[in-house]
Amino acid sequence: MAGFLVRNFLQRLVLLVIVSVMAHALVHLAPGEPNEVDPSNPRMKAEDVAKLRAAFHLDEPLYLQYAYWVRDLFTGELKSFKDSQPVLPKIWERFLNSLPLFIGATLIVWTLSFPTGIHAAVRRGSYYDRGSTFVAYALISIPGFFLSYLVILWVVDTFGVPVIGMRTFGMEDAPLLHRGMDYLWHLTVPSLMSAVAGIAILSRYVRSQMLEVVGQDYVRTARAKGLDEDTVVYRHALRNALLPFVTMFGLMLPELIGGSVIFEQIFAWPGIGRLSYDAILARDYPVVLTVNLIAAVLTLAGTLISDILYAVVDPRIRLT
Amino acid sequence: MNTLRSTAEPTSGRAPDVSPQSPWRLFWQVLRRDRLAMGGLAVLAVLAVLALGGKTLTEWAVVFDPAAVRLIDKFRSPLAEASPLLSEADRPPGGIYLLGTDELGRDVFARMLQGAFVSLSIGFVAVGISMAVGIVLGGLAGYYGEVRLGFITLDTLIMRFTEAMLCFPTLFLILVVVVLLPPSIYNIMIVIGLTRWMGTARFVRAEFLSLREQDFVVAARALGLPAWRIMFVHMVPNAMAPVLVTATIGVASAILTESALSFLGFGVQPPFATWGNILADGRAYIFDAPWLFFIPGLAIFVVVLAFNLLGEGMREALNPKLRTRR
Repeated sequence: MAGFLVRNFLQRLVLLVIVSVMAHALVHLAPGEPNEVDPSNPRMKAEDVAKLRAAFHLDEPLYLQYAYWVRDLFTGELKSFKDSQPVLPKIWERFLNSLPLFIGATLIVWTLSFPTGIHAAVRRGSYYDRGSTFVAYALISIPGFFLSYLVILWVVDTFGVPVIGMRTFGMEDAPLLHRGMDYLWHLTVPSLMSAVAGIAILSRYVRSQMLEVVGQDYVRTARAKGLDEDTVVYRHALRNALLPFVTMFGLMLPELIGGSVIFEQIFAWPGIGRLSYDAILARDYPVVLTVNLIAAVLTLAGTLISDILYAVVDPRIRLT
Repeated sequence: MNTLRSTAEPTSGRAPDVSPQSPWRLFWQVLRRDRLAMGGLAVLAVLAVLALGGKTLTEWAVVFDPAAVRLIDKFRSPLAEASPLLSEADRPPGGIYLLGTDELGRDVFARMLQGAFVSLSIGFVAVGISMAVGIVLGGLAGYYGEVRLGFITLDTLIMRFTEAMLCFPTLFLILVVVVLLPPSIYNIMIVIGLTRWMGTARFVRAEFLSLREQDFVVAARALGLPAWRIMFVHMVPNAMAPVLVTATIGVASAILTESALSFLGFGVQPPFATWGNILADGRAYIFDAPWLFFIPGLAIFVVVLAFNLLGEGMREALNPKLRTRR
């Protein structure tokens, strides 16, 4: 176990370096420079541009720029090109905004997909099964922003509540309870919308896992013993079907960053997805590279966690 | 689909008694019973005709002109008649706008026809690229896995690269490239393709690892066939099943990705019309001209759904565990 951990940790560390080098090369080799974003600005004289380029090491060779980036990242002195703010606090602040959205969406996905998927698997071939299959595929086939616009219009029309942004303008002085309710309303629709695709995918996955398990001998044995259907499905079948889902907790971590760009843009949610989108537009390389590194760390940590969790819950698996 | 036919036909030609046992025949029999998948296939057949017909009618023999600007006829609702003041050259066929006009008086039906071909070609070219890269890299890793390059094996090298690519959030990576490169439809196709080959590569590698030890490959090697021939003529067709499923669903998600990019303003730029950018432009007029928003949105929805249902049907038909229980 310890050997497995050390080896995997080291492998992932190497992979992380490769990823960051690749990202660095990609961003810097692409045409366009950070100081060219606003070429029409009359206040930017040639010497200002030169000063900027010198301040951000843009005239150094690529490997030196990479070294500067790594050094600044670990000493915490990495500054954004755009506003010279330290990058890490900037990302942290946006990360805290994204977190409730992610948690809300995850809760909705997991609470809705399991009942839907289990029910569909138990009644394989029924109208419910085929209907939920169709609805699941319909949900992943709608362009996210198309559905979101329709839902925004509907929610605003029927309930008359604001859904754009994180809070209603002018609510700063309201009592805590009102502010909290306002925040909840703002949170509901975006998390529901980012959960839509997840519900569809996860409920399909639950269904297929359950189908595999329901055909096993031990389920037939449980039925033959005369157990009632609920005990068979929930105690004998579901427990075994659950194994792969334990690992999905780990695999979902990177969604925290990658999955949010579109929805944060639609709902004007000042989260990490919008931060990175704006950073890409402004060619703010330190922010882009750091967000990308965090995403890679989350992905690698996620796979490691899911491997470990699998070994914890499934005694048949030995990590060597 | 070509590989489908080429592997199924020789069997049916020479030995008709055996033909029902051919795996592709079996696959088709199962798939045919899946009504949702067949519905998807029918929609896609209609779409193929529409896209080709649309390409013909909007570019080669211009009946519907998607670029004609008619400022007196802007925001006409679907089935509205064209204004009598229009010059003969600008009149839509039959004098009727089938799906209305947009903010510049362009015929939405003509633009949707043109966009069908562009959207589909984005989907197919992107998936073609990702399949090609995935098959080549996965095949090399699976076939030449043990070859050492210095201190690491080829397999390790390719699979570590695949894992590194998986660490990038896809939309994030696409955005970086699309924003930094000059906007062009080819860049978008290539970028979408190059960011989604990792699944294919892993599938193909896994299939190759098991195929490599099978008798027909050993026999082919004993005959002295060149390695590329063994890989691409003998092994790839046997590893195609999961790849085709991924590809079918991949086309759907490439079309969705293009529309998401259009929403962010980095999709295919004018003069090309795609369903994604018609939809993204239409959202500004959702109250005044709802057809500009709903027509492309529903069109994308139906087509993507058709691809997804067909892909799911194929997956079920190829899954031996589920098949035996029918």
